[in-house]
Amino acid sequence: MLTLFMIYLWRETVKSAYQAECLDKAGKYVRTFREDLKSLFHENIHKLLMTPSLVFIFGLTVLPLVFMICMAFTNYSKIGNHLVLFDWVGLENFRTLFDSSSILGSTFWSVLVWTLIWAFFATFTNYIAGMILAMMINRKDTKAKGFWRFCFVLSCAVPSFVSLLIMRTMLQPNGAVNVLLRNLGWIAADASLPFFTDPLWAKVTVIVINIWVGVPYTLLQLTGVLQNIPGELYEAARVDGANVIQIFSKITLPYMLYITTPYLIATFTGNVNNFNIIYLLSGGDPVTNLSSTAGSTDLLVTWLYKLTIDKQYYNVGAVIGILTFVILAVGALLTYRNSKSYKEEGGF
Amino acid sequence: MAATKQKSAKRKRAINNTIVHIVLAILAVIWVFPIAWVVLTSFRAEKGSYVSTFLPQGYTIANYVRLFTDTTILNFPKMFGNTLLIAICSCILSTFYVLSVSYCLSRLRFKMRKPYMNMAMILGLFPGFMCMVAVYFILKALGLSEGGLIRLALILCYSGGAGLGFQIAKGFFDTIPLAIDEAALIDGCTRWQIFTKMTLPLSKPVIVYTVLTAFIGPWVDFIFAKVICRANADYYTVAIGLWRMLEKEYIDSWYTCFAAGAVLVSIPIAALFMFLQRYYVDGMSGAVKG
Repeated sequence: MLTLFMIYLWRETVKSAYQAECLDKAGKYVRTFREDLKSLFHENIHKLLMTPSLVFIFGLTVLPLVFMICMAFTNYSKIGNHLVLFDWVGLENFRTLFDSSSILGSTFWSVLVWTLIWAFFATFTNYIAGMILAMMINRKDTKAKGFWRFCFVLSCAVPSFVSLLIMRTMLQPNGAVNVLLRNLGWIAADASLPFFTDPLWAKVTVIVINIWVGVPYTLLQLTGVLQNIPGELYEAARVDGANVIQIFSKITLPYMLYITTPYLIATFTGNVNNFNIIYLLSGGDPVTNLSSTAGSTDLLVTWLYKLTIDKQYYNVGAVIGILTFVILAVGALLTYRNSKSYKEEGGF
Repeated sequence: MAATKQKSAKRKRAINNTIVHIVLAILAVIWVFPIAWVVLTSFRAEKGSYVSTFLPQGYTIANYVRLFTDTTILNFPKMFGNTLLIAICSCILSTFYVLSVSYCLSRLRFKMRKPYMNMAMILGLFPGFMCMVAVYFILKALGLSEGGLIRLALILCYSGGAGLGFQIAKGFFDTIPLAIDEAALIDGCTRWQIFTKMTLPLSKPVIVYTVLTAFIGPWVDFIFAKVICRANADYYTVAIGLWRMLEKEYIDSWYTCFAAGAVLVSIPIAALFMFLQRYYVDGMSGAVKG
């Protein structure tokens, strides 16, 4: 590392000396060191301003990432009770993970499928529910708009890990929700709804709770966009006799999709990498297959966490990280590069 | 004929209105319910995590008192101090990174600009947890994983990647007319002066937004702090502390205190958030109007 840095420094020194010589030969003015410093505040200001953050990004993001990517091609993991000295194994780890007959392989496929299902539902339920809510609040005839908005925004002012922990305790077999249902007589006095103990229930529960957590944010973000839709469009549609559903599907939805595509992609990516919700709510439970390392609500990221931090299978963890990245990158880059906001970035 | 039609339209509208309001009311109750419940729990007199009644039987402020006086097992005041210190430092650092990077990307055209933006996008797609272990090893190699230096390590962690989150600030700087910059250049301003004397004063909303999001980050992050602190309970942040209170060995005696702690953490964040909301909308809509 240090050597590379020194070589770079040396190269730059020689380069600048050569430049100075060229300038001198051409009979031009050679800048002094002071002027060089001064230029850092003017034409070279990007060097001054970008360097510190680049150094940190390099040290704390790029470097660890390179480490982990390298690790994916080694056998660095905990076998038995100790960490083995590692060696390069090529694509061996990828092969184990894709081999659906091994435990790791079959777990990988089931986790992958659930991750995609989760990301899809989590993104679109939030988006649609948030949009409907925003429209309901912004309707001309709705009274006390500020009050309604306040009610929903209140829940997103509470830090999400707090509200998730609260949700988790409320939904325990003896938690507040079950107690409430028992007191109301809707379920038997000793019965409880299996929110986190039945695989299917658990999956639905996390998606529903994600709606609870995410809708207020969507509401905030979409309110502004909704208010920007030209009112004439709606009036024209109404004059032409369109009903509410037609107006929504032909005007509101296309307009919103047009504006918010980058936002949707970001949300989708965020949901694939959504660690907090799953880890704090269900912790990946319930575990249906005792031999596998993942529970039935584990996403790729929470599984990655379990593998690296709890089990210390660093190599497999790194492979999962890379695969998550590949899945996201292929989808996101294609959509993002085609989106309006990327193309028109240099517009002015 | 026309009158009845008008009347029926009016009635339909009234029915629609009632339905919308009822739905909104139900939804609002669902959304407020958990928050109300945790506030109630924080004042609950009886101990234990699970009770058979929904509303508390007695009210007390002992939970709050205990949170600040009983420091033997879980030292809440210290965690609070840790988090505050980390939040302030990382907030200053990351604000500087974000603003300077987004200014450069928005205003200057240099060789590394497009590559940098592409790199930021690609890095954003990697799961952050993937490199967490490696970050820990790097910090350990630098000797930052023991003692009071853990705080420094956490500050570096929270602010380190800030330069990648330039999108919103850059979008805001983009809306400041380029003509202002050009006029200043002709008048003999350096770029640095333009940045500090013109761009920054014009971008108050986005600065407030950046500062507050950076400040809130350490309060709500849980996983980085857990990996880096490991067993060093002295340097825990509030988030880990609250999480620990719900672990099996503590939950019975600490449950109501957890609720109290949750309320205490939420109040400043909620206040900041309400304050931020106004700037958030402004920050999205651009700097110089008209």
